[in-house]
Amino acid sequence: MSHDAYEAVIGLEVHTHLLTRSKLFCGCSTEFGRGPNENVCPVCMGMPGVLPVLNRHAVELAVRTGIAANCEIAPRSIFDRKSYFYPDLPKNYQISQYETPICKGGYIELPGDGAARRVRLVRIHIEEDAGKNIHEANSSLVDFNRSGVPLVEIVSEPDIRSAEEAGAYLRELRDILRYIGASDGRMEEGSFRCDVNVSVRKKGASEYGVKTEIKNLNSFRFVEKAIEHEVARQIEVLESGGKVAQETHLWDPDREETRPMRSKEFANDYRYFPEPDLPPLVVPPEMIDAIRSSMPELPAARRARYARDYGLSAYEVGVLTAEKDTADYFEAVLPGLKNARTAANWVMTEVLRVSNESGKPIAQAAPPASEVRALLKMVEDQQISLNAAKTAFAAMCKSGKSADATVAELGLAQVSDEGAIAAACDKVIAAEAGKVAEYRGGRDKLFGFFVGQVMKAMGGKANPKVINEILKKKLAG
Amino acid sequence: MASSSELNRLTIAEASDRLRRREISAVELTRACLDRIAAVDSRLNAFITVTEKEALEQARAADHRLSSGQAPALCGIPLGIKDIYCTSGVRTTCASKILETFVPPFDATTIAKLRAEGAVFVGKTNMDEFAMGSSTENSAFGPTMNPHDLTRVAGGSSGGSAAAVAADECLASLGTDTGGSIREPASFCGVVGIKPTYSRVSRYGVIAYASSLDQVGPFAKTVRDAAILLRALAGADPRDSTCSARPVPDYERALTAEVKGLRIGVPREYFVEGMQPEVESSVRAALKQYESMGAKTVEISLPHSSYAIACYYIVATAEASANLARYDGVRYGLRAAAEDNIELNEKTREQGFGAEVKRRIMLGTFALSAGYYDAYYLKAMKVRTLIRRDFEQAFQKCDVIVTPVAPTTAFRLGEKMSDPLTMYLSDIFTISVNLAGLPGLAMPCGYDGNNLPIGMQIIGPQFSEDAILRAGDAFERSGAVTLRRPAL
Ligand SMILES: [Zn+2]
Repeated sequence: MSHDAYEAVIGLEVHTHLLTRSKLFCGCSTEFGRGPNENVCPVCMGMPGVLPVLNRHAVELAVRTGIAANCEIAPRSIFDRKSYFYPDLPKNYQISQYETPICKGGYIELPGDGAARRVRLVRIHIEEDAGKNIHEANSSLVDFNRSGVPLVEIVSEPDIRSAEEAGAYLRELRDILRYIGASDGRMEEGSFRCDVNVSVRKKGASEYGVKTEIKNLNSFRFVEKAIEHEVARQIEVLESGGKVAQETHLWDPDREETRPMRSKEFANDYRYFPEPDLPPLVVPPEMIDAIRSSMPELPAARRARYARDYGLSAYEVGVLTAEKDTADYFEAVLPGLKNARTAANWVMTEVLRVSNESGKPIAQAAPPASEVRALLKMVEDQQISLNAAKTAFAAMCKSGKSADATVAELGLAQVSDEGAIAAACDKVIAAEAGKVAEYRGGRDKLFGFFVGQVMKAMGGKANPKVINEILKKKLAG
Repeated sequence: MASSSELNRLTIAEASDRLRRREISAVELTRACLDRIAAVDSRLNAFITVTEKEALEQARAADHRLSSGQAPALCGIPLGIKDIYCTSGVRTTCASKILETFVPPFDATTIAKLRAEGAVFVGKTNMDEFAMGSSTENSAFGPTMNPHDLTRVAGGSSGGSAAAVAADECLASLGTDTGGSIREPASFCGVVGIKPTYSRVSRYGVIAYASSLDQVGPFAKTVRDAAILLRALAGADPRDSTCSARPVPDYERALTAEVKGLRIGVPREYFVEGMQPEVESSVRAALKQYESMGAKTVEISLPHSSYAIACYYIVATAEASANLARYDGVRYGLRAAAEDNIELNEKTREQGFGAEVKRRIMLGTFALSAGYYDAYYLKAMKVRTLIRRDFEQAFQKCDVIVTPVAPTTAFRLGEKMSDPLTMYLSDIFTISVNLAGLPGLAMPCGYDGNNLPIGMQIIGPQFSEDAILRAGDAFERSGAVTLRRPAL
């Protein structure tokens, strides 16, 4: 197939809400899910005479994002007005940054085996979000709760070569944003959105082909699907002797295809000019230093450390580091345990399961890490069995009680007292004289039966290792 | 002592004194202004909205504070407010059809400050629509007439505020000045007006025309009253990030009448051919008066002055084209019947805006368009820097600059409406001051052969309001000019 002769050239523009309490230019709450037009004031409604006042926390989060993405932070940047008429944009201009973004350059390193893949960034800039149009049968309504919510737009270079790579880039970017607390990365709530620029060219060509832009992508799967669809479409156009038109497409999630937007929907001359209502944004070096020194370990560094220090597989590392909460929890369970894998397995299975099942974050769904550590320590010290630990864990999730109290309350402690176990062994041997004779006659397989009987006699709480040792000796006669 | 029917003629300083001594009440004073409005405003059209009920309520509350003995300077003083200031619960039209029904749910910061002082608002004054104009003829509510001659304009855009003070409909008023909109009507109506340094007074809640040029300021009957009012208006505002945090001096205390040794710059570019001879001679006579009081005059040059109007009409209209984009019929104000959002936009703006506003929106939109930005907007910004530098250099040789406010006295209604370019030239001496962000005071310095007031402009370096008020007050107190009350 001639498709192999082509390569895709993809650049992504990600818009993500910053996790501030209040909006970018007014004091309104950014809380998601409130009733229509509850989080509004004259400023974010674009009333006559109002003025914007910049939210410093949004600036800090943008700088944090820039540092995490290896960008250069501009000591002085300015805001611009981007003009276009749309009912959800109250001033009919958006306050954004055009010629001087707050962050320039930078790159994101994609996870994976072998040589690290870098996707370079063009820029990151701060801007305000618009409201939301709601169309009804005979009218349209506008909800301005989202109007003025702070965003950063993260623009990549056209360094991405496949739908899969685009997905990897987006996931890595989202993980980074979550790690540094800049964004919750929730695509389905619209707090993390993506526009895609796609073109194709013959492999080895140095010129770019004509690109199309795809908007309205609100899930990772849609981004990948839309790119696959658009790349195939462009190759078909070229192969049939046609030319790709430079246009904007909308992704239709129901039909899983892109369709060109009407020219009226996007043909804009944005008439950018410097926002006269805001002074230049100055980021002093001390602020950059302070943010830099408070940066958490980023996902890539954490992944490398887990593989190196704990000998975990790429898959295990991936699961544990996908969310900062999970990794933080895992690391809080670790201290004092002999084997990191015990903690890793426990977090990956038990802890993530209760979190997923309850739909709550780990901190709410699971017991404190210190209690899980105590529980796993008992397993390591053979005070309880692994099964008993699972029983205890389930009870602790519900009751909120400590590991010690739960194990005691449920009587889960193992009996390792050799005297008691030896007595039980003697009883079983006396009661099962026939089987003992068979065993001694060579039926080794019966050993398991005796262990089971002893365990039963001990109410299931005896330490199996001790039973084994004592039984072996006694049966040997 | 003025009779009760003449209380409206008092200055703020006089009224404040008599209110404090309980010789008069705020209600009496307010009543006198409202009566005057009822008597003359049908001829002047200085007010778009008269808020009689609210004013009397405010006056009663002021009397209560005054009787408690702890009342701020402006407590009980009746003021006119340009209809560009958002006033909570009182309709704010900006003299436009598009905002004819708009009632703001909030106060401009300056309005809130005056409210806290206990001031009384008698009404919202007429203006050029969205402050775009030099004659108050571009108002959706009809023009304001000049109290000195009802066939002539009051100036603009704050013509209503100037005329209301000149006609004693209120003791003082608020205006805004983007290219001369306080100083030119002050000059035409024979009252005092000051445009403070850009950033000296909060713009929050003042409907924007051109954000980097707009500035709030008072009209008053005397320089002292202007100082008292400015002191109440100026100062930092957390809602306006362009507003300066510099401490506000006591402008009234700065009025020492001392001008000995003051170096007055006289720019040669501001005494141009074609200006009304009486304007020039009157300003020259004022300069002589200053010299006789111990000041020195020095000739200076502001070489880029001739580019000011062109520069202004690019910067101001560019900003206006974005500032006025919000009037789309979606959230407030006029909403035209339409099938979809694009039609809603087009029809609302077509029906809601007047001709001059449309002209300026188109000019500004053009100046910012792709392919023209560098040639127009960017170049205008460079010219603006040159104009600012002109003043910086001039102020190395002088302390203040004295010029005429406008090349002529008040012109006839309708005289310049058909020729926007001639109209734009009315602001030739005031526009540079906005482009440079400087403070400028306008005050009467004489009358022409038609008994029309002539205005003198005193310009100072940034944040030198105290200096220009002192110079203006000294001239006023010298008695060189006897003010003439308009015969209405
Ligand atoms: Zn708000």
